[in-house]
Amino acid sequence: MTQNQMLHDFPVLTVPENGKRLIYLDNAATTQRPRQVLNAISSYYEKDNANPYRGVYELAARATEVHERARASVAEFVHAKPEEVVFTQNTTESLNLLAYSYGMEFIKEGDEIALSVAEHHSNLVPWQRVARAKGAVLRYLYPDKSGHLTKEEITQKIGPKTRLIAIAHVSNVLGLEAPITEIVRQARKAGAVVVLDCAQSIPHMPVDVKALDVDFAAFSGHKLYGPMGIGVLYGKKELLEKMPPFLSGGDMIQSVHEQSVTFGEVPRKFEAGTRNVGGEVGLEAAINYISSIGYNSIMNHEKDLMEYAVKNLNEIPYVTIYGEPVAKSRHGVISFNVNDVHPHDTASILDAEGVAVRAGHHCAQPLMEFLKITACCRASFAIYNSREDIDALVSGIKNVRRWMGLGT
Amino acid sequence: MELKQLYNQIIVENSRAQWNRHKVDNHTVSLEGVNPSCGDDIVLELRVVDRVIEDAGFVGDGCAISQASASIMIDLIKGKTVEEAKKLMNLFFAMIKGEIKDEAQIDELQEATALQGISHMPARVKCAVLAWHTLEEALE
Repeated sequence: MTQNQMLHDFPVLTVPENGKRLIYLDNAATTQRPRQVLNAISSYYEKDNANPYRGVYELAARATEVHERARASVAEFVHAKPEEVVFTQNTTESLNLLAYSYGMEFIKEGDEIALSVAEHHSNLVPWQRVARAKGAVLRYLYPDKSGHLTKEEITQKIGPKTRLIAIAHVSNVLGLEAPITEIVRQARKAGAVVVLDCAQSIPHMPVDVKALDVDFAAFSGHKLYGPMGIGVLYGKKELLEKMPPFLSGGDMIQSVHEQSVTFGEVPRKFEAGTRNVGGEVGLEAAINYISSIGYNSIMNHEKDLMEYAVKNLNEIPYVTIYGEPVAKSRHGVISFNVNDVHPHDTASILDAEGVAVRAGHHCAQPLMEFLKITACCRASFAIYNSREDIDALVSGIKNVRRWMGLGT
Repeated sequence: MELKQLYNQIIVENSRAQWNRHKVDNHTVSLEGVNPSCGDDIVLELRVVDRVIEDAGFVGDGCAISQASASIMIDLIKGKTVEEAKKLMNLFFAMIKGEIKDEAQIDELQEATALQGISHMPARVKCAVLAWHTLEEALE
């Protein structure tokens, strides 16, 4: 499929803004959705909508079937069993569920929780709260100058007291992949569980939870061409089974009496209340869309974009790239600043040229502190981006210093 | 949005201005203002004696809009009474909200009128008002 044909699948990208096509380079924040996803959602509400697991009539049975079919599709996509897939609202809710149901239950005083300083706030603040509540210690792994976690850092920080490691598969700022094999190996020695935040990896590369051998994984539908408000928590069945529920209420029980309750089986124990079946259907359609393109094509295309972007940004003498200024092992994300210009000003100037990038601390303030900056710009790619989009970014950047009265 | 409106000469020059960028000796108020979504962070210091703002200054980090707005604000309120400063502050908020119809009224804001264009740029309003909201709290 050519880029132009693919663009046609994404309505928002073909509607001109101020007479120009939108160059959308904020895909790490959220992607756009293809027609296939939008159609699947409306078709569900038009034809199959009822409250799953409640009614005995045919439509309710169909809604239940759709709900469980979506779960099975997600499970197959990440190589898990269906009962190991819990639907949540997003990555943040998945990680909070873990922090409250696993962390608050199994982390004890003096235990250590290890995480990378590059964590997104969603994979950091919940663990901070667990550590504070339980008297546990947070130990941060720091990247080297190139932005990578070294083997030494991993063996030094993950030790016999470590009970849990929370790590982003790919950093939302540096775009670099964490050495998961090394981390899991060390975690097994320590007897710790590994929580993998796949929010920024799964849009760009296949995630196989069994091959990675992580204990938990989380991701959001909306960064994966699916709708907002649907997310996934994967957990090994034996771990999910011993965790207490997070939210309680309708449909997560086996039986309730005035003074007692028994909870349902996993994963329904973690799915209280009416579910976002429309969102699940949208996520399933997004998975089908990705599968129809294939991760191989996605990775090849995005690798080409990244190499092109890194090469062109490197050629601008007043641009600073964060993390290793080479394309290798960078997935979908490149963060940078125009020297002497605040990133918000850069982003506003790019916006005037129709180029949407993110500017700010990217919900990763500890990483900003580590990098000794308060904020930066981030361009992030998706399957529908092209070299022309990067040309527009680069040409926009070349105007930034002039607007700010800094000459060229 | 016209970039010329946003990054006009007054804003660009004031964004780098150093004369108000300092701590204030014997300050009576020191208050931090933060935009949590973007990390813009300033500390505003005032020396208020007998309800007159004798001296004011700020330190911090942020985009050109937030820094220019802080510096221009300090130029405006230094030497004014608390009441006069509050009047200017409310006028500034009204300008940013696009509520002022009478252009003559805006003239009281002097260089701060350079920030009028922000009212057409919702994403940047919070940058322009950061210093002024900090002032509002400081004068409470």
